[in-house]
Amino acid sequence: MASLINRVKSKNNNIIPGFGLSMGITISMLSLIVLIPLASVLITMGGMTFHEFWANVTDKMLVSAYKVSLTCAFTAAVINGVFGVILAWILTRYDFPGRRVLDGFIELPFALPTAVAGIALTTLYSDTGWIGSIFAKVGLQISYTTIGITIAMVFIGIPFVVRSIQPVLEKLDRQCEDAAMILGASRTRIFFKVIFPEIFPAALSGFGLAFARSIGEYGSVVFIAGNIPYKTQIVPLLIMGKLEQFNYAAATSIALVMIVFAFVVLFAINIIQSQISKRAQG
Amino acid sequence: MKKVSISAKLKKVLIVGLSAVLMVGAFAGCGSNDKKTADKEPSETKNKVLEPVEITNVSYDPTRELYENYNKIFTEYWKNETGQDVTITQSHGGSGKQARSVLEGNEADVVTLALEQDVNELVTGGLIKDGWIKEFPKDSAPYTSTIVFLVRKDNPKGIKDWDDIVKDGVEIITPDPKTSGGARWNFLAAWGFALDKFSGDEAKAQDFLKSLYGNVTVLDSGARGSTTTFVENGQGDVLLAWENEAFLSIKEHPEDFEIVTPSISILAQPSVAIVDEVADERGTQEVAKGYLDYLYSDDAQRLEADNYYRPSNEDILKEYGDTFDLDLRLVNIEDDFGGWAKATDKFFADGAIFDQIYKQ
Repeated sequence: MASLINRVKSKNNNIIPGFGLSMGITISMLSLIVLIPLASVLITMGGMTFHEFWANVTDKMLVSAYKVSLTCAFTAAVINGVFGVILAWILTRYDFPGRRVLDGFIELPFALPTAVAGIALTTLYSDTGWIGSIFAKVGLQISYTTIGITIAMVFIGIPFVVRSIQPVLEKLDRQCEDAAMILGASRTRIFFKVIFPEIFPAALSGFGLAFARSIGEYGSVVFIAGNIPYKTQIVPLLIMGKLEQFNYAAATSIALVMIVFAFVVLFAINIIQSQISKRAQG
Repeated sequence: MKKVSISAKLKKVLIVGLSAVLMVGAFAGCGSNDKKTADKEPSETKNKVLEPVEITNVSYDPTRELYENYNKIFTEYWKNETGQDVTITQSHGGSGKQARSVLEGNEADVVTLALEQDVNELVTGGLIKDGWIKEFPKDSAPYTSTIVFLVRKDNPKGIKDWDDIVKDGVEIITPDPKTSGGARWNFLAAWGFALDKFSGDEAKAQDFLKSLYGNVTVLDSGARGSTTTFVENGQGDVLLAWENEAFLSIKEHPEDFEIVTPSISILAQPSVAIVDEVADERGTQEVAKGYLDYLYSDDAQRLEADNYYRPSNEDILKEYGDTFDLDLRLVNIEDDFGGWAKATDKFFADGAIFDQIYKQ
C-alpha cells in the first residue's frame, strides 16, 4: 500500500506542469475519435431487441466466418510473432549493407493503401502468378483459400511486432549476455533465459496488435479471399453485405461482436503483461 | 550515437518519401473526379448570359468511360442551347456504396446507378420524390445492358448456354449478390433461364442455381473484382459479366477471350434520377433535367452504344446489330420478377433463396 502511494506521488511530482490541460486534451481527443464513434455504434443498433441481436450475430454463415477470421488472424499473429522477433533481431543486432533500407521497408504495409496490397498479393499468389505458380506445381493453392487470407494478414501485421520489439532489443544491456557467456551458458540458453524474457512482453503486445488489426482488416484480405460462404468468407465481408442491403443495425451488431473479440484479446494480453512485470519487479 | 541519428534521419526521409508517394496517389485518385469546364467565353448569340453552373453526377463503376465522353458532348450542347457554362463532377464506385454516400450527405444533383433499388433507397431517405421512375422515358433507363459469358479463347470447355456452366469441372467466376448490387442481375438471369427450362418449377430452378453456385470458385465482393480475378489472375473458365464490361475486356485483350451469349438473359436497366432535395436547394433542377434528358438524344444514344451499352432507342440499337446479339431473349425485372422490392425479398434478403442455396 505504501509503495502504491509513493508511486502515485512520484507521478504527480512532475517537473513540467500542465497536468490539467494535457488531461483535458487527452479526454476530448479520445472522445471525438474513439468514444463517440463507438457509442454511435450502439445507437445505430437502437431498436433491436436482444433476441434479434442474438439471432443476427449467431447466424450459421456468420459463425463460420468468425472461425475463418479468428483462426487466420491467430495463425498470422503467431507467424508474425516468430518472424517479427527474427526480423527485429537482425535489424538491431547486425550491421549489413542495406540494413536501414530494410528497416524502412518494415513500415510499408502501414503506408500502402490496403486494396493495392491486396490486389498485388492476390496476383502474386494466384496459381498463374510468380510465387503462386511454384506452389501450384505441388498442388497447393494459395490465393482464394484460407492460406491466402493468412498471408495477407501476415503482411499487414508484421510491422506491429517488429516495431514493438525493436526498442526493447536496442536497450537490452549486452553485459548480461556477456556475463551469462562467461558463466558458461550455451547460446540457446542465453537466448531463452536472458534475452527472451526481456522481449517477451513486447512480442506479446505486438502479437495482440497484429491479431486485432487482422480480424478487422477488409481492404487487403477481401481480394485474396475467395469469399465462398462457409469456406473463405471473412467477417468484414459479411458486414459489407449487410450495408449493401442498407441494414445498418445488423452491420453494426456484427461490428460490435468484432470489437468485443479484439478488446478481450488486447485486455488479456495487458493482464499477462502486468503479471510478468510484477514478477520481474518482485 | 551517430548511428542512431543517421538511422533516424533516414527514417524521416523514408517517411517523407512515402507520404509524398501517397499524396501523389491521392491526387491521382482525385483526378477521376476532375472537372470538365467548357469555354469560359460568354455566349454572344444569346441576350441573357447565365451564371456558370456546376453539377455532380454520382454513378457506379463501369460507367467511367461513358460519362467521361458524355460530359464533353453535354457541355457543348448545353452551351449552344442556353449559353450557360456547365461543369460536371463525376464520382464512381460500387452502386450501393455510392447510394449510401449520397444518403449520408454527398451532394449529388443527379445519380446514375446500377439498380433501381439503390435509387429507391434515396426515396426512402427523402432525397428523391416518389415517382421518379416515370420522370424520364423508358422507366428512367436511357441505356440498358445484359449478362453474358466471357470465356477463354476458342472456348475450351465448349460453353454455349447456362446448361453448360453447371456441368462438373467448369469453374465460374461471379460476384457475390449480397455485397454487389450488380451481381444480382447475374443471379436473376440464371433464374430466368432455369425457370424457363423447368417450365416454372421453382424447386428445380433452385437446384439448378445451387449447382451453378457450387461451381463458383471465387465469389468476389464486386463486379470489377470478378473481372480482375478472371482476366488478370487467370481464374476460372467462365465469367458472368455485364455485356459492356465483357466488351471492354475483349477490347483490351482481343487474343485471350471470347463472348458467349446465352439463349436467355436479363434486361438490366441502370436507373437515372434527379436528386430533388439537392437540386432544389442548389437551384440546379433545370440543368440536371437537361443533363438526363440529353441521354436520350440520338447523339448520346450512339455514344452509349459506342461504349457498349444498349441504347434504349430501338432504331439506334438496330444500327448496332453487328455489336449486340439482338436475338437474345431477355427476361425483365418488372414482368418476370414483379419488381425489385419483391425480387430482393424473395432472393437476396437474409435467409432468402440465395442464402438457402448455400445452406449446408
